[in-house]
Amino acid sequence: MAIRIEVSPRRGDGGVQIVQQAQRLGIDAVHSCRTSKLYFLAEDPGTEQLSRLCAFLLADLVTEAARWDDLSAGEMPPAAAQDAHVVEVALRPGVTDVAARELERGMAELGLSISHAATATRYELEGDLSEGDLHRLAQGLLCNETIEHYTLGPIPPQFDQESAASDFVESISLSGLDEESLVALSGERLLSLDGPEMKAIQDYFAEMERDPTDVELETLAQTWSEHCVHKTFRSKIIFRWISLERHTRVVREVPGMLRYYLRRATEAVDRPWLRSAFVDNAGIIAFDDDFDLAFKVETHNHPSALEPFGGANTGIGGVVRDIIGVSARPIACTDVLCFAPQDFPQSELPAGLLHPARIREGVVAGIGDYGNKLGLPTVNGAVIYDEGYLGNPLVFAGCVGLLPRDSHPTEPQLGDRVVVLGGRTGRDGLHGATFSSAELTHETSEKSGSAVQIGDPITEKGLIELIEAARDEQLYTAITDCGAGGLSSACGEMGKELGVEVELSEVPLKYPGLTPWEIWISEAQERMVLAVPEENLPRLQELADGWDVEMRVLGIFTGDGELHVNYLGRPVAHLGMKFLHDGWPGTEMQAEYRDKNFAIKDWRAELVKLAADAQSPISNLSNLLLTLLSHPSVASKEAIVRTYDHEVRGGTLVRPFTGPEMDGPADAAVLKPLGTWHHNKAFCLSNGINPLLGKRDPYAMAVSAIDEAFRNAVAVGADPDQIALLDNFCWGNPKLRDRLGTLVRAAQGCYDGSLAYNAPFISGKDSLYNEFNGEPIPGTLLISAIGIVPDIEHTCTSDLKAPGNRLYLIGDTAAELGGSLLFSLLGIDSGDPPQMPNEPLARYTALHNAIRSDLVQSCHDLSEGGLAVALAEMAIGGRLGVRVANSELRIANGELSPVEALFSESNGRLLVEVKTEDVTTLEEHFAGLPLVEIGTVSADSRLVVELEGESVIDLAVDELVNAWKRQVA
Amino acid sequence: MKPKILILHASGTNRDGEAARACELAGGAPEIVHINRLRAGERRFADYDALILPGGFSYGDALGAGVRLALDMHVFFNDQLHEFVASGKRVLGICNGFQTLVKAGILPGQPTADSGPQTDDGLRNSQLATRNVTLTHNASGHFECRWVYLAVNGSAKASFLSAIREPIFCPVAHGEGNFQAADEATVGSLEKGGLVAFRYVDGDGNPAGGRYPVNPNGSVADIAGICNAAGNVVGLMPHPEDHITAIQSPVKSRGGLGLSLFEALINA
Repeated sequence: MAIRIEVSPRRGDGGVQIVQQAQRLGIDAVHSCRTSKLYFLAEDPGTEQLSRLCAFLLADLVTEAARWDDLSAGEMPPAAAQDAHVVEVALRPGVTDVAARELERGMAELGLSISHAATATRYELEGDLSEGDLHRLAQGLLCNETIEHYTLGPIPPQFDQESAASDFVESISLSGLDEESLVALSGERLLSLDGPEMKAIQDYFAEMERDPTDVELETLAQTWSEHCVHKTFRSKIIFRWISLERHTRVVREVPGMLRYYLRRATEAVDRPWLRSAFVDNAGIIAFDDDFDLAFKVETHNHPSALEPFGGANTGIGGVVRDIIGVSARPIACTDVLCFAPQDFPQSELPAGLLHPARIREGVVAGIGDYGNKLGLPTVNGAVIYDEGYLGNPLVFAGCVGLLPRDSHPTEPQLGDRVVVLGGRTGRDGLHGATFSSAELTHETSEKSGSAVQIGDPITEKGLIELIEAARDEQLYTAITDCGAGGLSSACGEMGKELGVEVELSEVPLKYPGLTPWEIWISEAQERMVLAVPEENLPRLQELADGWDVEMRVLGIFTGDGELHVNYLGRPVAHLGMKFLHDGWPGTEMQAEYRDKNFAIKDWRAELVKLAADAQSPISNLSNLLLTLLSHPSVASKEAIVRTYDHEVRGGTLVRPFTGPEMDGPADAAVLKPLGTWHHNKAFCLSNGINPLLGKRDPYAMAVSAIDEAFRNAVAVGADPDQIALLDNFCWGNPKLRDRLGTLVRAAQGCYDGSLAYNAPFISGKDSLYNEFNGEPIPGTLLISAIGIVPDIEHTCTSDLKAPGNRLYLIGDTAAELGGSLLFSLLGIDSGDPPQMPNEPLARYTALHNAIRSDLVQSCHDLSEGGLAVALAEMAIGGRLGVRVANSELRIANGELSPVEALFSESNGRLLVEVKTEDVTTLEEHFAGLPLVEIGTVSADSRLVVELEGESVIDLAVDELVNAWKRQVA
Repeated sequence: MKPKILILHASGTNRDGEAARACELAGGAPEIVHINRLRAGERRFADYDALILPGGFSYGDALGAGVRLALDMHVFFNDQLHEFVASGKRVLGICNGFQTLVKAGILPGQPTADSGPQTDDGLRNSQLATRNVTLTHNASGHFECRWVYLAVNGSAKASFLSAIREPIFCPVAHGEGNFQAADEATVGSLEKGGLVAFRYVDGDGNPAGGRYPVNPNGSVADIAGICNAAGNVVGLMPHPEDHITAIQSPVKSRGGLGLSLFEALINA
């Protein structure tokens, strides 16, 4: 029946990595590990063909050896060596297995008629290991049971099963059910609909005088899900701000946060270069005379917690399809990640959670795998570490696309066909949209097959090429991705005005046996839905064949304003579009924000006390700086970022690494799109994120994140008059008043920030219900910015360039250590948080003009760790010293102590390096604006800071480098 | 007439756009052609003056880098490709294209490249089965993107490379770029035979000597690229097409342009 092929390395490295990872699990007895690839063939092609197959496709005979066994002849793989234990791991049926698929295709190319192939991995572990140890190793390291299964010893192959298609459609009686029973039904069927919503559905079908089908209920649940309609951001909110004395300070009725804070800001600033905001899958701004830029940032948190590789992998895939969904060619990716500390003790890890180090490894590999294989540079991001992300890591994935002006059609026409392109449909991510507002349980993941998938970037790459070609030939009239809610959302949304009729049996399936509702709401990856005029179908088919993309016609836009879903001609759903899209009853939510009662009231006095205490970290500012530089959130991210291709497409002009050693930190990325090299315009990507500050004051977090994204963009050469913003809110359960209270405060900050910086929000996303064991994540707002860089000849990096140059500080420093990195280190929960700077745009405009006038040799923003960390990072990037000797560091808020001056995180500040001969011109640019000279670039490779004539920091640049790169000297 | 350059695109190919731009700047007339159009006969290798296999992840590299595309080359284009190479026209494989040429046995190739014993189904499998060099997983165990320096081996059979005056400064971006041979003798014969085309060097042009990250992937003898005995087929792991104008460099005024390779390929 089946052939088992084992491909092993001729020379192994002893599995060093696995040995170390086992130690992290607390299993020290693993001496070595040998990893082999396993391939299974459903039929035996004979010895000669098998050896050809191994030589051609399966083994690299220079480095690997291959052997095979005929399992049907009773042959068994040879037993492992003495003292070696075997764990074999295979994907669960239905999980994307690109290697098996390519093997099947390769065999067909070779003329072999083998129906199915499968793959697995074999681990031979040496050491004194009990069976219990092996299970722990398997579960904790080698196998993720969300998508894989394992055996101790040889694993039996599982080929895709042939089974009969299912046309089972259930009718669900709602009549006569009271609200409690309706809610129970919603819970049982994982609909995540509440009482009023279920009641609205009950009323609708009562009027229709029939019971809904499972397909209809699922359609409504998807369309009305948090993920699809953003209930929290659309609902009316009663917001109360309560003082320490329990007085209500403020009551405000917010008629929907999206409308009232985000869209209203965008309308108020009304920028002429804005092309599209909040109406489509991504926001769009003008780039040059011919092209626009689309930008979108998504989250994929819950899937990444369960299956880090697949979750992050499909997160990239999803946001890239958002960009394809506005007819743009994806050209760059960003990612921002929030994890728990990597050294979190294994013994304290709550049951059911993956260790943060395992999550990071998987997420980083998943991002690299997808982005690299799509040929997209991953150029900007951040990595934040905080214990609050232990149960809920955050994965923000962003994508930018380029599209010719006015090339994105959005209106399907009567009679147009519904076309699905790309990957096949399986039981992937069933209920993904409704999961976003529900807890996963053991039972649901069993029922829904694999809640998380592994991506298939090569299929998506084909879609990118095909859609670009189809767009240029104007073959379609509307396009959308198949994201949350799958076909139900894609078709429902696209047919909103005209009505649509769809035949589900036309959907290409990965494997038979799916019921109609499963096909309809499956969130299988790498699919796009298009509205295509009938006469264009042959040409689209031709292009699809040319790019190796599967295409199927599912239905037609009818003009009757209704949704008809059929299976083999039999109606399985029939809903009015009006009810589907406007029937959601809406809710009113309650939010409460309370002033905090701090343990330490006079924090500035506390700092004075600590500075005098020899035991305190702040008694020695040199050591303190080294500690902050090696803090995981500040330290070099090189180990992660190098695994992403940040150069592909040849347009990365300011990249994640700067300086002569190409390892200094960059503030933002500058990109020149391929195909636009005939002019000097480029664009930049930056971000602002500070959950530490959010714990202290969510409003301050919002304005600070906007300032950070903004100043980072300006620092590399963006025009402050052409910067657009994206919001991503990751929060806890918004049905709890305190969670919603902080969320409203952050949204208020977004509104105020948008107006102050004259920068519109063009797109956004919320991921709520991020809680574990009743504890929410720290409310986390990511602000992403995209800005126009007018001239690629005038960009700037953060590394110091030449000894003798002068250093200037832009912006006022105030005693603002609330929510700072320093206070998190000291465990102080009070302190004034950074405010929005006074007239921020004036200084950014002056800086931009200075950069355009070639006055600025290097430029770096001040963020976590304040002035001291920023100085150190510039010195690290340039491998040059700095001498700071100025007692007049501008003081906005009374006299500053050295700790306050050096580590305060006030907004609106940057450091610039200027040639001596340009000093006067620079000062002229900043006339009337906060600018102060603070020091000189030196050739002596030391960072020396003297305040009030006293040396407070004196460190060799090598010491800074070693601390920041977390390497031992 | 500008030389016509065929840039081959298979599922998962990328950096084809950059390769095309590099060819244009170097004075060529590039055309990106999907492999399906060659299979359908809409285009023929013989219609072009040079062939570039660009970077990417053909077929996802699911069975190893370049392996599936190498099979395509054998199954669909065996004769066309061997005629193209035998005619002396130039072939450049970059990154995944280099991996493909190696896995297909076209690089370094046999002294008599087209004389492998033919099996009954038309496949010259001996080169695949007896291949004694490979590009395998980086010594670091993972994908890595960083800028490197690349020096032309003065004694390379690909003599057109001598038009490249200074070491090329350009990025690598790969997970399987570690050039290895079955044994030391093979390395020796590559060196003696003038089949080593490029080596990783430091910023001053000194041999990397295996030092990471100057040699970014652990390649034996710092080999970054090789050529065939006839000197008309060259493959390399780094991406000269990503440094064809000075503004793309991460360190201003440092290192040579990768454009010099395309100029040599097209004009020298």
